[in-house]
Amino acid sequence: MKINPDKCVACGNCTYVCPMGAIYIDPTIKRATIDRQECVECYACFNGMSQEHLNPTLVRGMRKIFQLMRLRFDPEPDVCPTAAFEPDELAWPRVVRRAFSDPRVPHESTGVEGRGTEEVKTNDISGRVGVGEVGFTIEFGRPGVGVWFRDIQQMCWALADANVSFEKKNPITSLMSDVKSGTLREDIMNEKVMSAIVEIKVPVERAEEIVRLVWDVEKRVDTVVALGVGTRCGPSGEETVVAPILEKLGYRLERAKTNIGLGRITNPGATQPQMETVKQ
Amino acid sequence: MTNTLHRFGDARSFRDDFIVFAIASRGKNEIDSVPKLKKFLEIALKHKPVNLGDSRHGGALRASKSLNPLSHWSRNDTPDFDNVIAGVDTPTTCAAVFDNLEAAEACTKEVREAELGLSINISTSVNGAQECCKAAGICRHSAGYSLGFEGKTEYLPSSDVLKVATMCGHGMISTSLAKKMIDWVKEGRRTPKQASSVLARFCSCGVFNPSRSTRILEEARGRSK
Repeated sequence: MKINPDKCVACGNCTYVCPMGAIYIDPTIKRATIDRQECVECYACFNGMSQEHLNPTLVRGMRKIFQLMRLRFDPEPDVCPTAAFEPDELAWPRVVRRAFSDPRVPHESTGVEGRGTEEVKTNDISGRVGVGEVGFTIEFGRPGVGVWFRDIQQMCWALADANVSFEKKNPITSLMSDVKSGTLREDIMNEKVMSAIVEIKVPVERAEEIVRLVWDVEKRVDTVVALGVGTRCGPSGEETVVAPILEKLGYRLERAKTNIGLGRITNPGATQPQMETVKQ
Repeated sequence: MTNTLHRFGDARSFRDDFIVFAIASRGKNEIDSVPKLKKFLEIALKHKPVNLGDSRHGGALRASKSLNPLSHWSRNDTPDFDNVIAGVDTPTTCAAVFDNLEAAEACTKEVREAELGLSINISTSVNGAQECCKAAGICRHSAGYSLGFEGKTEYLPSSDVLKVATMCGHGMISTSLAKKMIDWVKEGRRTPKQASSVLARFCSCGVFNPSRSTRILEEARGRSK
């Protein structure tokens, strides 16, 4: 993303709307400026702000008069008065910033928007997490902190050392040059993104071990982590296997995403995955 | 995409936050899913949602690419639900946000009866989702628990800011803007409803809950009295 200096009037509205705090008013040029190192190309400024198309010279003149008279105009806080934001042509590897940060752009590897993974949301037809398994979504960078791939790498290596299987239909897995060792492509290490999810699954017996491993790696990475745990429910919709393990580890299970099992496979030629029947 | 899972707050704070969403799965049922997604949103609309959205185009309140300058004095904060439904043009995720259990239950029940064949999920407190399933006569298939935020939590802002900002799980609502809106409400420069509308326009998939946001902003203002 870039800001057209001929249009910008330094109103400062955009400095608040940037989720990464990457926009500031440069006092030397008196224009809003983007710190390209911190910008994750999420397009929140371009997509989220309403745009007026006012004449920049006129707006600057009015702002100067208001300033001289110590008057404060109280405009809407989510407006760019001169439509100064202009999308940039992104090249590799910077383009991965947008792929992981602008939720409207589907990931090429999975075709899914957002963080690019369906997790247990389609488990009723994908069979991604089966009976006796636990799916982990280890998400970095949210909310509002962001993450460098070099930090994600730490987690991937630790998980690979523990012999877990990475989810194939996941954008992070698709960026691995060696899935067995959990090694990500070298050329993206210095790219920062809004958030990214490492996705694995293990037998339920290993759930506690994985949580403890995540706790250990969290101490070494310079961002926040949001941990999600997916599991199959029993025949009556109950879930009495994974919840007790998590509660024993000190978690309070306040919120969940619940797949209610109404999905059906309807694409011609698509096959039902092998799913173990939940026994009564 | 865990854009609704990791909302900050305890179970009680989700008493007015129920998201029911439909998702088409690539390679399984995305072919001819657009009319089904529209049908899902039409069913949801009957139960008075506080927001609707699709992942490609956004929610019921959107930023304008050509805003009338007079809007600074009379901003239109009316959600345009019909525009959301009309705009669905590709297999994606469509979401409906409700601020009461009864509406979420009724929507879930009707969606089940419609037999759309899409994967349907409910994102709310663990008990809230179970209540919806019970009302619809459904047993849960799978559950995805949020274990909250860990790691360098010292980077996180105050709980009020987090409660508001995490209602866009994609992170499009900046914590700075959320704090600014809380401050503006405290200063009397915007009403909680107006501030919530500003924030809602940044949510790129329509899962922001303006009703819950309004309550949180009112509570924040109340505490500063």
